[in-house]
Amino acid sequence: MTAPRTPAPPRPAPDAGDHAPEPAGPGSRRRGPLLVAGLAGALMIMVIVAASRGQVSISPAEVLGSAAHRLGLDLGPLPSGPQAENALWVVRFPRVTLAVVTGAALACAGAMMQGVFGNPLAEPGVIGVSWGAAVGAATVIVFGLNALGTWTIVLAAFVAGLLTTLLVYAMSRSGGRTEVVTLLLTGIAVNAVATAALGLLMYISGDDALRAIVSWQLGSLASATWPAVAVVAPCAAAGIAVACACARRLDVLSLGERAARQVGVDVERLRFTGIAVIALMTSAAVAFSGIIAFVGLVVPHLIRLAAGPGHRTLLPASALGGALLVVTADLVARTVVPYQELPLGVLTSLAGGPFFFWLLRRTRARSGGWG
Amino acid sequence: MIALRRRRPRLPGPAVPGTVALAAHDVTVQYGEKAVLSSVDLEVRHGEMLALVGPNGAGKSTLLAALAGDTALTGGRVTLQGHPLGSWTTREAAMRRAMLPQQHVLAFPFTVVDVVRMGRTPWTGTVHQEDDDPAVRQAMRDATVTSFADRPFTSLSGGEQARTALARVLAQRATTLLLDEPTAALDIRHQELVFSALAAEAGRGTAVVAVVHDLGLAAAYADRVGVLSQGRLVACGPPRDVLTAPLLSDVYRYRVEVLPHPRTDHPLVLPERPHGTPQAGDDRPPRKEHPWNTDPSPRT
Repeated sequence: MTAPRTPAPPRPAPDAGDHAPEPAGPGSRRRGPLLVAGLAGALMIMVIVAASRGQVSISPAEVLGSAAHRLGLDLGPLPSGPQAENALWVVRFPRVTLAVVTGAALACAGAMMQGVFGNPLAEPGVIGVSWGAAVGAATVIVFGLNALGTWTIVLAAFVAGLLTTLLVYAMSRSGGRTEVVTLLLTGIAVNAVATAALGLLMYISGDDALRAIVSWQLGSLASATWPAVAVVAPCAAAGIAVACACARRLDVLSLGERAARQVGVDVERLRFTGIAVIALMTSAAVAFSGIIAFVGLVVPHLIRLAAGPGHRTLLPASALGGALLVVTADLVARTVVPYQELPLGVLTSLAGGPFFFWLLRRTRARSGGWG
Repeated sequence: MIALRRRRPRLPGPAVPGTVALAAHDVTVQYGEKAVLSSVDLEVRHGEMLALVGPNGAGKSTLLAALAGDTALTGGRVTLQGHPLGSWTTREAAMRRAMLPQQHVLAFPFTVVDVVRMGRTPWTGTVHQEDDDPAVRQAMRDATVTSFADRPFTSLSGGEQARTALARVLAQRATTLLLDEPTAALDIRHQELVFSALAAEAGRGTAVVAVVHDLGLAAAYADRVGVLSQGRLVACGPPRDVLTAPLLSDVYRYRVEVLPHPRTDHPLVLPERPHGTPQAGDDRPPRKEHPWNTDPSPRT
């Protein structure tokens, strides 16, 4: 600052402890980039492994070779088995890529959600994205709407998810401000209505439609195609980019709304940006894959344990971790039982539920109850 | 998202001692029917420390919140460096004034140094960003938090959290500081360290407004003391003029004595404790001396 400086009056001497040598910087500063690099490496390996496994067996070297040839490089072996090249490029690569972008979008949205609301237990589902999208998808299925062919379900899920989120947000605002508790409770109310609507749709639907709704609700990447990737990937990329641009302000928001405003953060604007980005990423992901629960909750928590709460590391690392988790979970879902596929959402919930419980207990023990 | 083109923030100029930093004009705040503040006029100048005192519920924190722009005013206005609060963007206001809240919360376990660094947020991307490291280091030294810089905020004691929050506010290097009970959780040594640091800030041209309960601290360090009672500013001036036994006894509804300190002559404010000084007509025997004053045997 440029304030005129005058000699300071004498002050009591601080003790030696207060003049301790400057800290070299917290370990998390150095751990962050390492973690991001490690996760990126693990994701690369997992993608290759996932692409090589399935009904047609293709070796990892052949996977790499095939990818290199498509890029115009004459490197490595080409897949040798019949139809292997086709299986790789028509079925497996789109599926693995969709798993990557879906996982990244869900986990990054979760991390952003927790930052925006300063609550480690917040999850995109809370503000109505998932169930809103489910109602949109179910409506299309039950009434047999197909104005846009197979894309009708996706579009309906996406729009319904976004609209539900905006509805929750608009209803919880008053006097130009959004209270977190009001928002979360409004989310619960809206989710209850959405669940009831979904139940009603299932009640009036025929057997085929019921099956379609249930399988969408359970979550699966089986319908992955390149066009699906082309829709989700830009949404995920844009969302992650905006989220990372907000990282420092999200850090400050953990001081609480008032204190954040006092250090110059436009809290309302940050919240609005955050919710828009969360809704975009989540509804894009959910539209194609159905409801894959707990990714947005579990991944950011593990990252926080490993690298601290700073959002500059948390957001990109969560995106990578979410991608890694969903690719792995999808690989398990489609290979653990031969010629059968487990629902992906069921798998993540099965693992995520107990984890969430452990998290609750741990948080509660640390903070001495919920006050 | 809404305003696509953002104006460059107006950077603050130098704080000239003696100029008005922050002013409340006829400020009234009501919560429902109840008036928490009634027609308060107050000017704070660069280079002075103003202490706000008064009994619980007198409106001290509300006045501070009104000065900080945290509370909607029912009437009147607040100006920061001559312009209405609303004419500054959130960030421009943050470059000019910092606020220490009464309660310290943190949603995630950031380390002390990370929390202090958050105070530098308004300066990101300006020429003052290069001051980030020295400002953080200086603030941590002034608030005596350097020795636990790498510990998570959530693991600290109440006093350590309070000092960390203070360090964050000092790191902001705003020319107006608003502090809500900066010494509430502090021991006597840290009280003195904190107030010396704040006095030094004022000496450099910063306007400091602090809500304090300890009238002795107010008397020793403040240039002016404002006394609030039932939402009104009933007195404001140099400690010697304001901290008088009749006024304080009336405001606190408890009899207090004010004595000059034998060495420094600062006013000492003490509650009247009749049992300590037996009065005429009191036929109880004088209290026994405490054992450690009379017992000659060593207590170890």
